[in-house]
Amino acid sequence: MRTLLIDDSRAVRAFIRPILRELNFEVIEAGNGQEGLDRLREFPDTALILVDWNMPVMDGLEFVCAVRADQNFDAVRIVMVTTETESEQMNRAMMAGANEYVMKPFTRDVLVAKLSLLDVFGA
Amino acid sequence: MTARDYSCVVTLLLDRSSIVLEAGKEYLVEARLWPLARRHGLASVSEFIQRLRAPGSGGLIEEMVEAMVTTETSFFRDIHPFKTLLDTVLPELIAARRNDRCLAIWCAASSSGQEPYTIALILREYFPELADWKITFQSTDLSHDMLRRCRAGNYSQLEVNRGLPVALLMKYFRQEGARWQIRDDVREMIDFQPINLAEPWPAMQPFDLIFLRNVMIYFDVETKKSILAQISRILRPDGYLILGGAETTFYLDVSYKRVESLKGGYYRLAAK
Repeated sequence: MRTLLIDDSRAVRAFIRPILRELNFEVIEAGNGQEGLDRLREFPDTALILVDWNMPVMDGLEFVCAVRADQNFDAVRIVMVTTETESEQMNRAMMAGANEYVMKPFTRDVLVAKLSLLDVFGA
Repeated sequence: MTARDYSCVVTLLLDRSSIVLEAGKEYLVEARLWPLARRHGLASVSEFIQRLRAPGSGGLIEEMVEAMVTTETSFFRDIHPFKTLLDTVLPELIAARRNDRCLAIWCAASSSGQEPYTIALILREYFPELADWKITFQSTDLSHDMLRRCRAGNYSQLEVNRGLPVALLMKYFRQEGARWQIRDDVREMIDFQPINLAEPWPAMQPFDLIFLRNVMIYFDVETKKSILAQISRILRPDGYLILGGAETTFYLDVSYKRVESLKGGYYRLAAK
């Protein structure tokens, strides 16, 4: 299965990438929401997207709205991975169409547990 | 920490709670007892253990046992037991109890509360038909500190981040700065009480579900047998005992059989 990892921080991508590979995901990457949309159109069978919120050019929330506006991507699961920890922000992300939410900072276990939730509960 | 210090902790744990600490776990003792030593103004774990040996150290020993038995936990830990509960076990039990409209659940190792609250959230979120049922939900732990945390139902960002679906977080918790408070109506579903499983139990009612996950690994064989024998007397014939992934009843008690079709460590009493 393919996953798209979108974060403007190379360090964050370098932390998450091996965890996803360990879970047998093929990982493609982007540094902001616009690049993420381009990559998604290039690989429309992407099953999972992990997206940061605060990024240049196009932020994570705009990205989620753009993906959810396109019926071709109805099946893709989106996890926001962000330093935004206020419940109002979480609510905005969920209303926009995110399926799960990981608050930074997080550990490997947190990410694996969240992805298991998506897998098993189909959140 | 000297070999004598370690041996003292091993002996006290065995005497007070039938917990077996194997050789080579000095790191665990250091990690668990250092915060306690510091809290008592002591410079090292060795100094703390010396205090344990002194006469009149009963209170300190109790604190030591509590610190050693506190286990790692998280919401929806291991996920499969809860998926099975949601998809198969609860629908089946609800159908079987539709005339009595009663369910009794015991979570036998509350720890800091994430497991009982996971079960409560599943009941509340996915089975609204239980709203007018009589649900008896007891959750117990050896540690009074842990029981206080359970009753408070207040968790850090790291704790709610770990395993709790965001939809349930948003719906059933209130944000208080960097912490999250579970809703009162969920907290009030559960009766948190102290029980030391290695000591004689109080009189208990029959239960439909008994969660005993990641507890038995700490006990010696005789205590495991005693716990399983006592559970066999209070588990309903069509109820389930749920054990942790590394635990089993095999070689301990023939009155149980694992339900192979259910993922997540589900056991039933074998038909007599």
